[in-house]
Parts: sequence; C-alpha cells; structure tokens
Amino acid sequence: MVLAAPAPSDPRRAIAAAARWRWYETLFWLALLLPYPLLPTYLDLASQIAIAALFALSLDLILGYAGVISLGHAAFFGIGAYFAAILVQRWGWTEPFSGLLVSGVAAAAVGYLASFLIVRVSRLALLMVTLGLGVLLEEAANHLSGLTGGNDGLHEIAVMPLLGRFTFDLYGRTAFLYALAVLFLMFLAARRIVHSPFGLSLRGLRENAARMPALGAPSRARIRVIYTISAFYAGIAGALLTQTTGSVALEALGFQRSAEVLIMLVLGGTGRLYGGIVGSIVFLVARDQLADMNPQYWFFWIGLLLILVVLFIPGGIVGGASALQARLGRRA
Amino acid sequence: MSTPALAADGLMKSFGSLRVADNVSFELPQGARHALIGPNGAGKTTLVNLLTGVLAPDHGHVYLAGAEITHLAPDRRVKRGLARTFQINALFPELTPLESVTLAILERDGVAPNWRRKLGGCSAAIEEAHALLQRLALAEDCNRRTRELAYGRQRLLEIALALAAQPKVLLLDEPAAGVPAGESAELFQVIASLPSDIAVLFIEHDMHLVFRFASRIIVMAGGRILAEGLPAEIAHNPEVRAVYLGGTEIHA
Amino acid sequence: MIHLAGVLFDGLAYGMLLFVLSVGLSVTMGLMGFVNLAHSAFAMLGGYLSVTLMQQAGVPFLATLPLAFVLIGAASVAFERVLYRRLYRSGELDQVLLTIGLVLMTVASCAYFWGTQQQSVTLPPYLFGHFSPFGIDLGYYRLFLIAVGAAIALALVFGLERTRFGARVRAAVDNQRMARGLGIDVNRIFALTFAIGSGLAGLGGALAINTVGLDPNFATKYLVYVLLVVSVGGLGSIGGSFAAAVLLGISDVAGKYYVPEAGAFIIYALMVLLLLWRPAGLFGRRV
Repeated sequence: MVLAAPAPSDPRRAIAAAARWRWYETLFWLALLLPYPLLPTYLDLASQIAIAALFALSLDLILGYAGVISLGHAAFFGIGAYFAAILVQRWGWTEPFSGLLVSGVAAAAVGYLASFLIVRVSRLALLMVTLGLGVLLEEAANHLSGLTGGNDGLHEIAVMPLLGRFTFDLYGRTAFLYALAVLFLMFLAARRIVHSPFGLSLRGLRENAARMPALGAPSRARIRVIYTISAFYAGIAGALLTQTTGSVALEALGFQRSAEVLIMLVLGGTGRLYGGIVGSIVFLVARDQLADMNPQYWFFWIGLLLILVVLFIPGGIVGGASALQARLGRRA
Repeated sequence: MSTPALAADGLMKSFGSLRVADNVSFELPQGARHALIGPNGAGKTTLVNLLTGVLAPDHGHVYLAGAEITHLAPDRRVKRGLARTFQINALFPELTPLESVTLAILERDGVAPNWRRKLGGCSAAIEEAHALLQRLALAEDCNRRTRELAYGRQRLLEIALALAAQPKVLLLDEPAAGVPAGESAELFQVIASLPSDIAVLFIEHDMHLVFRFASRIIVMAGGRILAEGLPAEIAHNPEVRAVYLGGTEIHA
Repeated sequence: MIHLAGVLFDGLAYGMLLFVLSVGLSVTMGLMGFVNLAHSAFAMLGGYLSVTLMQQAGVPFLATLPLAFVLIGAASVAFERVLYRRLYRSGELDQVLLTIGLVLMTVASCAYFWGTQQQSVTLPPYLFGHFSPFGIDLGYYRLFLIAVGAAIALALVFGLERTRFGARVRAAVDNQRMARGLGIDVNRIFALTFAIGSGLAGLGGALAINTVGLDPNFATKYLVYVLLVVSVGGLGSIGGSFAAAVLLGISDVAGKYYVPEAGAFIIYALMVLLLLWRPAGLFGRRV
C-alpha cells in the first residue's frame, strides 16, 4: 500500500495485494513504542506527536483521499478538545474512553453540518470558506468565554484513571500509551476505509471529481460522508489533547494549528495514510530541537523545507521513499 | 413503434445572447448506431451535456426509455442507463485501468458507498472489470497507472468506463479524437461490436468512419439540427454540403 | 451622526489601503490562476524597504512610495521566474503551500534583519494632523490614502480599458489560448502584470506603516484581509476589489466602533455566506 509490492502473477490480484499488511508496517508500529523504554523524558513530546499524527490522519482522509483542501480543519480538533473539557468540568463526566468517543461525535456532528456548505464550493472559494469557518469558530470561542474560558482556556481537567487503574502520571507514561493506542486503533479503521469500495470512490473523487457523476456516483454525498468521518477523527485527536494535558486553550482551534497540520501532512506525504504520522514526527521533533534556540530560525527553515518539498518531493517523505524504491526496483 | 431509447424534445439553451441549442428534437431508437456531425461550434458537445444533465436546458425535455429525465441529476441518469464519454479524456491519472473500471462497476452496483468490505474481496467486480479490459485489448496494461498509458489506450479506457455502467444508451463524444489513424478503425470496431440492444450516438469528424459505422446521421450547425437521415441522403443533401464543404459532394 | 461620518471617513481610508494592498492579487489570480499567498509578504517587504530608505538613506517618505512600487515589483518577477513558474499547472494546494513557505521565510528574515518591534515613519509635515470641518475629524494622512487609492483605481481602469497593453491583458484573462493564437505574448503579459500587482502590494505596505503599523506579523495578519477582499470582490475585477475593499474597510471600522464584541465574527460570517451564494465573488466570473 505504501511502498510498491512485486506484481502478482494474476493481474486481478493486484488490488487485493496492495491492501495487504506488510512486514515493515509491523516494524514501524513497534518502533513507535520505543520512546517508552528509551526516551522516558520525552514522553510528553511523544504524546503530542501521536495526537498530531491522528489529527494529520484526519486531514489526509479528506485531502489526500478525496482531494478537498481545508484551511480550517483545526475547528474540529478544537471542538473535540473543548467538548472533552466541558464534559468533565460542567457535567462531571470523567470516564476517559466514553468522553473521547462523545467528543468525537460532537465534532462529527458539526462536521456533518459544515459538509453541506463545503460541497457547494471549490478552488478559491473553498479555501476561503474553510478558512472563514475556522476563523468564525475561533472568534466565537473567544467571545463565549463563560463556556470556553476565553483567552485563558480551561484548566485542571482531570479524567478518571484509564480502566480504573492507570492514572495519568507526571512522566506522561500513561498518556503516551493511551495516545498511541488510540492512534493505532483509529489508524486501523482508516486503513480499512481506504481499502474499501468507498475508499476507491474517494480516490476517484480526488483524481477527477468531474468524472465521478458520469460513473453514477453522487459526489456531494460521498464528500459529506468522508468530511464527517474526518471531523470525527480530528475531534478525537482534540479530546486526546485535553485528556492528556488537562487543559485546552484557543490555539487548539486557531489558524496556526490548521496551517501546521497541513504542513505536517504535506511533509510526510498525502494520500498514503502513513504520511501524516511521519510528517508529524519530523515536524514536531525538528521544532522541539530548533525552536528552542530561536523561533525565527524555525520559521525560516520550515518555510524553506516546505518549498523544497513542494517543488522537488511532491509525494512528501513517504511518497519520495516509495518513488525511490520503485526506481531501485526497476534497476534490479 | 417501440419507445425510443433516448429522445429530446425542443431543447433550447442560451448563454447570454449566444444560442447553443435551438429547438433541438430527435429520437434515438433502441439498437441505433447514429452519428452526430457538424462543424466546430455547432453545439454537438453542448447537446450531449444537455442530454446527460451536465447543463440544464432553458426549455425542452429529455426522455430516457420514455421516462422524463429533464431535471434528473447526472449521476441518476447514469444509474438509469445513460452513459457518455468525454471529448478530452476524463480519466483518473493515478488509478490503474483495473481500479478505474472496477470503480465504475462498483458504482453501478451500488457497492461503492460500502466502507466495511475489503476492496480486494470484491472479486466479482474485479473479474468483470478485467474481462471488459480484455475485450478492449487493455488487459496487459491493467495494472499500470492511467497517466502512463499511451493516448490511444487511454481513449479505449474512456470507452471502457462508459461501458462498465452497462448502459442502454451510449453517447460517444469524438471517441477517436487524437488517436492515430491506424488505431481509430480498431476503436470503431469495438464500437461496432457492442451489443445490439445498446443505442449508440457518436460525434465524429472523420467522414470515413461516419459512413462506415453509422446507420443514420444527424447534422447540426449553429445549435440547430440541420438534417437527419440515411447516410446516402445526407451525402447528397445540398444544405449539408453547403455548411460543411462549400458545395462539393461528400465522398464516403 | 458626526460619529457615523467619522467612521465612514476612517473606514473609507482603510478601505483604500486594503484596495491598494489587494488589487494586485485579484488581477494576477484572475489572470494567471495562481494562488499567491505571499502577496501580503510582498507588501510587508515594501514597508520595510520604505523604512530602510528613510532611516538609512534619508529618503523622504513620499519618494519611498514609487521606489517601493518599482523595487518590489522587480523583485517579484525574480520570484515568479524562479519559483512560481514551476507550479502553473499544479493544483491549488501546491501553490498554497509554496507561497506559505515563502511567507514563513519572509517573516523570519524580516524579524532577523529588522527585529520584531513596530516600525515608524517620519511623515512630511503637511500629512500630519487633521482638520475638522463640521466637527468631523479628517486626518490629512487618511485624505492622502483616499487620494492615492482613487488615483490608482482610475489609473488601473484607464490602463486596462484604454491602453493596448490593457487590451492584451483583458484578452489573456478572457481566453488565454485564443490570446496566444492571436500572437499575444502571454508570458510577458503575465510577468508584467504580476510585477505591477506585486509592486502595488509593496506600495500598499509602505502606505500602511502609518495607519496599521509594521512588524513581522504584518504578512500573516493582512493575508486574511487581502484574501477576503479578493474572494468577495471577484478574481480579475478591479471594480470588484475596490467595492469589496471599501466595504470591508468600513465594516471593520464600524464593527470595532459600534459592535466591538462581534465585529470580526460578523464580517467573516458575511463573507462565508456571500461565497456560498456567489462562489465567484461579487464581480468575478470564475473561481
């Protein structure tokens, strides 16, 4: 699915073959566990990466697979984050797993409503509508400070220990395993969606949206479905943030977060499911190392990297690796 | 007389002061092999867009197997058996032909919205897609990306996508456009060998192909239907000759 | 009533500034179909150029304006040659990302060279202060902005409607292939129009210093406003940009004055509603 597999002898098996779980995928997920034993002081960062990866995955579902550009996707992340906080603060609902799920559903509900607007526009108008909706939500959250804590945000959101036993400790051990587990499960579900008939129709939409009605596909309905699913994923990521850090602030739904997730996804590579994860790792690790010194440096280098990726490595890191492997395979 | 597979009645469409469809009416009987010809700008592709629902007519009606479809969305018309190809390839560059045709079949069967099934497990659809590609001599390229295929093969894929819908009416918009002369006859052989219950209307400029494969010809010019009839009649129709060739006879 | 007149005046001046900042983007996006999010970064560079000329070379403020126009315009052509040209056939996403990358680099560079503090401008004495007919405060600088904005609007319309170059631009916007077929050198038209548009952004940046200030955040802060004007006004439409800019300017000032709680919210909500109703903007023909 990510890197090219050798062509099966029966051409009809190619589609099934592309969806098979590969050995290096197992290796990848095992490697993601490594911070736990090896880098115990970095577990907070690792949790943030897992959460960002889930958020990037949500964006990949609509951008990489359906071709819909969104400049305001942090709206759903933020809705999930705030909803999770309000669940605990106002309604005393502290069970984490159900809180996660309900927050995701809340974000999905808003996503469903927004999707009716999104499908009506394209190109510049789509960019502006998604940007505008994101900004609108940020303004609303800022002004409804009774609910959202305004500029200060909401703090001291404490959820129950997971499964009644695992508390969120100061070192972030529980948080990391929790975030990683959620990421993995949601990833499996996304993988299933992508390799289903629905997933194929999404790729058709991305490749040629105009042709799909000529195949008998109701394009708008399809996009509404994936947009809602994507909002669900983003909401869960936001709720994870609240539950693992104990607080939420306006930047959870700000334009900067929308822009960052877009950059992470493009860095890693769109339309490949793993791109969001790889991009998040690279982006956040680099920022952690570089931005400490001087925020200016960070902007400059990430800007340059973005330009280079767009011009020379259009498939991002994962796409570039795939192309490299294909080229090496051809020479062999 | 049996119901025509496709019929248009008084279609009118204007863009500002430009009238692109002027009282267009015609019938396409079942099993037809009709050609639609006319100079550039005559409104042929516009007519196809009106018939398929991409454009909404200002006035007039469209009937598919007797049922009115004038206000039906394009994808619903496809579900009812009306398929078309595009003058400029409208394919899926990163998908393989096998994936593209499988997608078309899954859409036809209403399986496409299913996100729980494994795509690899849809073996019936994949089998059918492969068989269709074999009939169009595309099987050996079926797992290469569409953008890597030669233009002529892409054109065949364009037709394969339309055929996958198992249409009762097929509208082909210049199927041989851009295809080298040697291959276009091959392409039309494919069209000629289509099941006899499908009604086919094809837009074409190459008169040799038109006279070889069409049983009836419709001539359009300036948004209107100028003439309609058997090939021999059209070849000798003075108005058609004037519009097309400035008075000389059309040689079949 | 006096307050309303004052608000309208300030809003009009702000709108004129937004017009100068945005019109270049509207025309180049309408002409080239290229989403250039770095447009506001060009404006910022124009502002910093003006400041540097004033502070390091003692150039009077008014003289820095045409210099900003010319130099930023020339610099933009270099960007177009080296970077933008490669992405003309790519989708919006690639263009958005490339230009965002440029914005990031520009912001970082400006912060590095000029620091993060606000820049200021020494105005010639006749642009200082205000006069107050009928109790309404009319700032001289704001009058200047209105005059400049109106002059540029007229010059652009005249240039587009009356000159041969303008006719070629209109032809290329309308139908690129046809224009090429008529022997019009579309690539040169692109480059020149892009230079003029970006030059105007640079000019706008220089003009903006005394109204809204200048710091490295200028590029990102005003990108949203510029995009708002362009998308609401309609791509490729000078009149559309003018109308949208004035509308936005007045709404923004009025909003801050009368409805400070919800001003920005109302503006964005109206924009979203407008685009849903007319995706091509008020005067645009293609999205």
